[in-house]
Amino acid sequence: MAYTPHTPEDIAEMLAAIGAGTVEELFDVVPEDLRLKRPLAVPAAMSELDLTSHAAALSAMDQSAASEPCFLGGGFYDHFIPAVVDQLAGRGEFYTAYTPYQAEASQGTLQAIFEFQTLLAQLTGMEVANASLYEAATAVVEACFLAMTHTGRLGRIVTSDALHPEYRQTLSTYLKNLDPELVVVPSVQERTRPEDLAAALTDDTAAVVIQHPNFFGSLEDLGALIAAAHARGALAIVCVDAVSLGLLKSPGACGADIVVGEGQPLGNIMNFGGPSLGLFACRSEFVRKMPGRLVGETLDRKGRRCFTLTLQTREQHIRRDKATSNICTNQGLMALRAAIHLATLGPKGFRAVAETSARQARKAADRLAGVPGVEAILSGPFFREFVVRFGKGRSAAEVAAKCRKLGVLAGIPLSRFYPDRPADLLVAVTEKRTDGEIEKLVQAVQAALV
Amino acid sequence: MEPSGLPPLLFESSRPGRASSVIAPCESGETPIESLIPAEFLADALPPLPEIDELSVVRHYVRLSQLNFAIDKNFYPLGSCTMKYNPKRNERIASLPGFAQVHPQQDAETIQGLLQILFELQNDLAEIAGLHAVSLQPAAGAHGELTALLVAAAHFRSLGQNRQNVLVPDSAHGTNPSSAHIAGFETVTVKSGPDGLVDLEDLKAKLDENTAVFMITNPNTAGLFDRQIGEISKMLRAKGALMYLDGANMNAILGVVRPGDMGADLMHYNPHKTFSGPHGGGGPGAGPIAVRDHLAKFLPAPIVIRRADGTYALDDDRPDSIGRVRATFGNVGVLVRAWAYIRSQGPDGLRHVSEMAVLNANYILAKLKDVYPVPMGDRCMHEFVASARAMSRETGVRAMDIAKRLLDYGYHAPTVYFPLIIAEALMIEPTETESKQTLDGFIDAMRAIAAEPAELVHSAPLTTPVDRPDEVRAAKHPVLRWQST
Repeated sequence: MAYTPHTPEDIAEMLAAIGAGTVEELFDVVPEDLRLKRPLAVPAAMSELDLTSHAAALSAMDQSAASEPCFLGGGFYDHFIPAVVDQLAGRGEFYTAYTPYQAEASQGTLQAIFEFQTLLAQLTGMEVANASLYEAATAVVEACFLAMTHTGRLGRIVTSDALHPEYRQTLSTYLKNLDPELVVVPSVQERTRPEDLAAALTDDTAAVVIQHPNFFGSLEDLGALIAAAHARGALAIVCVDAVSLGLLKSPGACGADIVVGEGQPLGNIMNFGGPSLGLFACRSEFVRKMPGRLVGETLDRKGRRCFTLTLQTREQHIRRDKATSNICTNQGLMALRAAIHLATLGPKGFRAVAETSARQARKAADRLAGVPGVEAILSGPFFREFVVRFGKGRSAAEVAAKCRKLGVLAGIPLSRFYPDRPADLLVAVTEKRTDGEIEKLVQAVQAALV
Repeated sequence: MEPSGLPPLLFESSRPGRASSVIAPCESGETPIESLIPAEFLADALPPLPEIDELSVVRHYVRLSQLNFAIDKNFYPLGSCTMKYNPKRNERIASLPGFAQVHPQQDAETIQGLLQILFELQNDLAEIAGLHAVSLQPAAGAHGELTALLVAAAHFRSLGQNRQNVLVPDSAHGTNPSSAHIAGFETVTVKSGPDGLVDLEDLKAKLDENTAVFMITNPNTAGLFDRQIGEISKMLRAKGALMYLDGANMNAILGVVRPGDMGADLMHYNPHKTFSGPHGGGGPGAGPIAVRDHLAKFLPAPIVIRRADGTYALDDDRPDSIGRVRATFGNVGVLVRAWAYIRSQGPDGLRHVSEMAVLNANYILAKLKDVYPVPMGDRCMHEFVASARAMSRETGVRAMDIAKRLLDYGYHAPTVYFPLIIAEALMIEPTETESKQTLDGFIDAMRAIAAEPAELVHSAPLTTPVDRPDEVRAAKHPVLRWQST
């Protein structure tokens, strides 16, 4: 029995104190006819040694960013994580702590989240940020819910097909049983045109959702798109690549009402997609309608600075079916890692991550553009991710599969989400990708196209 | 004024001009960034972040960590949260590169090891539930509730039925009515009887052809197994309604009784409770759901499947699916830990977990009930709810005061003022991983507090880095970030 400490003597003493003859008797209340009369059909217990060896063997079957250069993006990126992040966030006092409802016993977590909220608000150029949500797609959904509540408009949510397809799919799942219709404007040359967005807006549109850089890696004309939304009284929700905040003008400076995004690239492990970190920041006028946990600064009974979860009257454990959201958690450990990551890098280090990613991405794009069989680099202007189009008759999925056999995770075939784009590969580059790895990518693509 | 036990904020420790050595800065000889990205898109200054040397960052976070209670340091008799030991071996296994360093868009062929784990976990969770199909996608328990309710909505839509009501007992977690609302349903509250169980008369009065789902937590939030569950199931089936089981309290019944055998059609798990995932100071969790066979086709895509040749694949081709409820596969790191936990326990171990969890709760109940009355009876499952009502009338010491005083004794507070159906509730769940010495220490502390002068208990906590926070001030004038002055 793995983690149960009682000796037979302990159990006997405890049963005597309870006044029960056997442990089985404590389950008398469970009706006999409902009980399971056999052992669960799950595999037999393994010792730590056996399980560790077994898991290591399974892990060794997988290709990963630890063993080959990874050019996959779409919200999750293979960035360098400073040792400080793993060492500090790995402390049991952080990762085995409970939600900080008992403020006096949780000031460490609370202050760390307060600092995270500040870091995110500053980077996005927004007034407030929450303690985090599950991940980016549900953060987009929660932002739309806020917009619906704030504007009282239930007609439409408008976005473009340059918003991450999985975020759009999630939004449409949530909206299926609710009033608003999700309207998706087609992008033109990997960008969303402000006039197309404007044409889709109605007087009952609650929000527009703009991803910047968008799913194709292109930078959007954020100011014009936001202005189009505001001209019809809709809120502007901007979904960001967190690392771009180290280099690009902040969404807040461009007029965004709500900023969301995936925070994995800030010091978090890719983990096949989770646990992830949903970012949520907005203007302070929405604060009482915000989803998720919020940490506030206050004073204790002795007049000293302290931190506590606050504005909980928005939340489900108080408001039940009238709550602003059903979310009952945040991604505490992921937010902590993001904060440590940003504090360790500082302004110059974070800028260097963004700038080096952009430079290496440009190198990769320029080199790939010269490979025979590559028709064009479609995205632009881009930050660190771009679409490569192969010549007619070439399948991006096949190219990626061949590159994989040559030891390079080359990119995401767009056909996975856009069936009419079989020849397009989405390539992402981080500061970790060396010139040598970019060369390896180029050679693999070249070999695949021969 | 006494100095606070808190370190300065990161921003207050910042000094302009400090460099970082993590990433080499771009050389001045390189092409200017403006030639790569048009200037109109670029920020005109460095990102607004604090500038702190690495050692100071390390000391800052070590100091913060030391201000926390945590399972690695403290006993958490925290009802409904199942704060058990988080095994270290699971951490090491989850961090193996073939699981941790995998990108969510990698092809199935490249991650056969990880997919085997996820496939096995789907099967194990279906077996433990006594149900047939599992989605590992939801990110947390409340997200699992919502996903399951969307599955229920799709089920009724496929039958051409427009059922609008979700019935929820008044003892339920707040997420239940909230999730029902987000899924587009109306919530109807069902009363509990004086025994803490579902009031069958009230259920009968509210159950009709407009009822889509009855959400039940069993054992319930008072730590009681609702023995009427078989009858409830029959009542629901007669009206064509589905039963949803909130799996928050699965730690009481592993291998003893299965939700599917109780009549549940859908349920969620909290792997961060039942299967030992660390709470991380408030997340991450995960919220896998299990459903009966006729609901399987509505589950979110993808699901891990095993092909005839023994390889694993991600099944995206699910035309009746409700769709995605998030980007990517799920909170895989949490799921791998759950798999490692189930593998470490095996069938006998899982049942033993529940037996010892129930033994521990009953032991504390037996040792405390003369001082802290337990209104719902002398026996419980994995947790029980004591009431400080009599004490608060006699001495003015309330449940919150006791909770705060426990911190001085080195124990995390129990859940207080929940469930709502018990006045001055103190909800105590010890879990199976605590030794008898730990339980005895806690019992002694609780009895000692009951004998302490009221003024002392009111003034608690006395030993924590800060005293009780002014919550009203925090909510009235929210300060949610640091501002430079």
